[in-house]
Amino acid sequence: MNQPQSYLSSARSDLRSEPRLVRALIIAIAVIFLTVFVVLPLVVVFAQAFSKGVGAYFAALSDPEALSAIRLTLWVAAISVSLNLIFGLVAAWAIAKFDFRGKTFLISLIDLPFSVSPVISGLVFVLLFGAQGYWGPWLQSHNVHVLFAVPGIALATIFVTFPFVARALIPLMQEQGTQEEEAAVSLGASGLQTFFRVTLPNIKWGVLYGVLLCNARAMGEFGAVSVVSGHIRGETNTMPLLVEILYNEYQFISSFAIASLLAMLALITLVAKTFLERHLDEGQLPRGN
Amino acid sequence: MIEVKNIVKKFGAFAALDDVDLKVADGELLALLGPSGSGKTTLLRIIAGLDWPDAGEVSFDGENALARGAGERQVGFVFQHYALFRHMTVFENVAFGLRVQPRAVRKDEASIRSRVKELLDLVQLDWLSDRYPSQLSGGQRQRIALARALAIEPRILLLDEPFGALDAKVRKELRQWLRSLHNEIHVTSIFVTHDQEEALEVANRVVVMDKGRIEQIGTPGDVYDNPATAFVHGFIGESIVLPVDVCDGRVRLGGKALNIAADGAACGASKLFVRRHDMQVGPAGSGALEGAVRQVRTFGPIQRAEIALSAGETVIEIDAPRDREIRTGDIIGLQPRRYRIFAAQD
Repeated sequence: MNQPQSYLSSARSDLRSEPRLVRALIIAIAVIFLTVFVVLPLVVVFAQAFSKGVGAYFAALSDPEALSAIRLTLWVAAISVSLNLIFGLVAAWAIAKFDFRGKTFLISLIDLPFSVSPVISGLVFVLLFGAQGYWGPWLQSHNVHVLFAVPGIALATIFVTFPFVARALIPLMQEQGTQEEEAAVSLGASGLQTFFRVTLPNIKWGVLYGVLLCNARAMGEFGAVSVVSGHIRGETNTMPLLVEILYNEYQFISSFAIASLLAMLALITLVAKTFLERHLDEGQLPRGN
Repeated sequence: MIEVKNIVKKFGAFAALDDVDLKVADGELLALLGPSGSGKTTLLRIIAGLDWPDAGEVSFDGENALARGAGERQVGFVFQHYALFRHMTVFENVAFGLRVQPRAVRKDEASIRSRVKELLDLVQLDWLSDRYPSQLSGGQRQRIALARALAIEPRILLLDEPFGALDAKVRKELRQWLRSLHNEIHVTSIFVTHDQEEALEVANRVVVMDKGRIEQIGTPGDVYDNPATAFVHGFIGESIVLPVDVCDGRVRLGGKALNIAADGAACGASKLFVRRHDMQVGPAGSGALEGAVRQVRTFGPIQRAEIALSAGETVIEIDAPRDREIRTGDIIGLQPRRYRIFAAQD
């Protein structure tokens, strides 16, 4: 207790860190930047949505056109997330647990939607299913509507969101290897038993993580959907499309009210993502005693 | 009885197994010993059904095992890195093999519980049954992996480098424990190892492998005392290897004839193998070889001396007992008590 304390009381208490002033400055820059670019826009969205009071807000949301857009968005998200869940699981399983020719090609193919502009993704479907497209005339003669209808919107959304689940799972499954599966098989488990009792429980947090991001993108997608939707009011407008239309028509309350729903989705996604990441960091372990 | 006949397995151009034959009697504890890349793990995985041979036969008690998948062979497999199911408790890990059985033969919950309890008692870890694998030490995990493999009452137990991932002390304990466990339950077992001490200490019979071929099969005493090939002599135990020429029953080192019998070795370039402790040290001029002592280190019951031989410009290391002191700079005579001569390959 009688040791000299002078070296402890110097202004720079820890030689390994920056001086206090520098630290404060850096933190301030980060906070200001985040406030201007993230917090402020969010506040503006909600402020505008509620600027004529709560009554006007709910009236805007219960408008038939708004309800139709919400319904369509949920429907499209449900279709694309469930299909991409199956696709992502199968693709990740094949890539992580087996060796085959063309594996690297498949991996880069999965990443394709990330590197292509969403507008191009939408345009591809116009070229395939449009009146002048490859399959357009045939589809028309059989009275099947893909473009400017729900199937086209779902297809474009599926295309844009299909990397999410696979990308979340491939590194996780590669890291886990195939030994647990081999152990299960040698203990007499069938293929399905091995998948449901060993593989799936080991990746469940990764699956949820992928689904979450996939869902957020599916509900928020604008570019690709805009190209294939046809903007038929009350029929083929998703929430992001309707936000734009209403804004262009100077219906700010309605526009921001729907935007606020998307903003809330983003906030919920963020919280859920943080929660899932913590589980993923814990190495997929159940919380033991 | 497990029988493996003419097994060939290739990975691209690399022959992992090249015409391998092996018979394992019931109740044996067999070691597959060899350096990495010798094909021992591949052989084990083929017996288990986790890999398939390109040619050859595997049979269990005369039945063709290759017609069955891994799950139908009733083989207990223990992995080097345990491969415990990380999201299940120790109890559920051991119970897994019982729970995935077809409904017609599956035991009821009470019998499963008592069987798992029995197995956990056998590996002396019943107090860990509610833990998760990540909460166990390496040695504990490997014992749980063993209990899990035994749950399905395997006809044969296969262990792939079972102690490879453990530290030296735990490894030694587990070795003795596995030995005594085998005495208790007598299940036919094959384990793979690259550690000769492990193989010689634990197994009844040792199969020495190199480059996809079996070099020798024998008891631990056999493979140590009577190595069949130059590889086995070099791989098991520490050996001194000297390049010699054999002609007309005479052995020459660096042009100088050695005073030892050729033991019927064929004419031509050969290798003389002597165990380090089989070199008898005597005064200069007393043995077949002569050399100058360059360095001596003494530990335990032996002194290890580095000796520059006068013939052939070779430096060798010998282990001599401490009853006769060797000093740096001494010129000493060396006589091999036991030695083997093999034709030099390539």
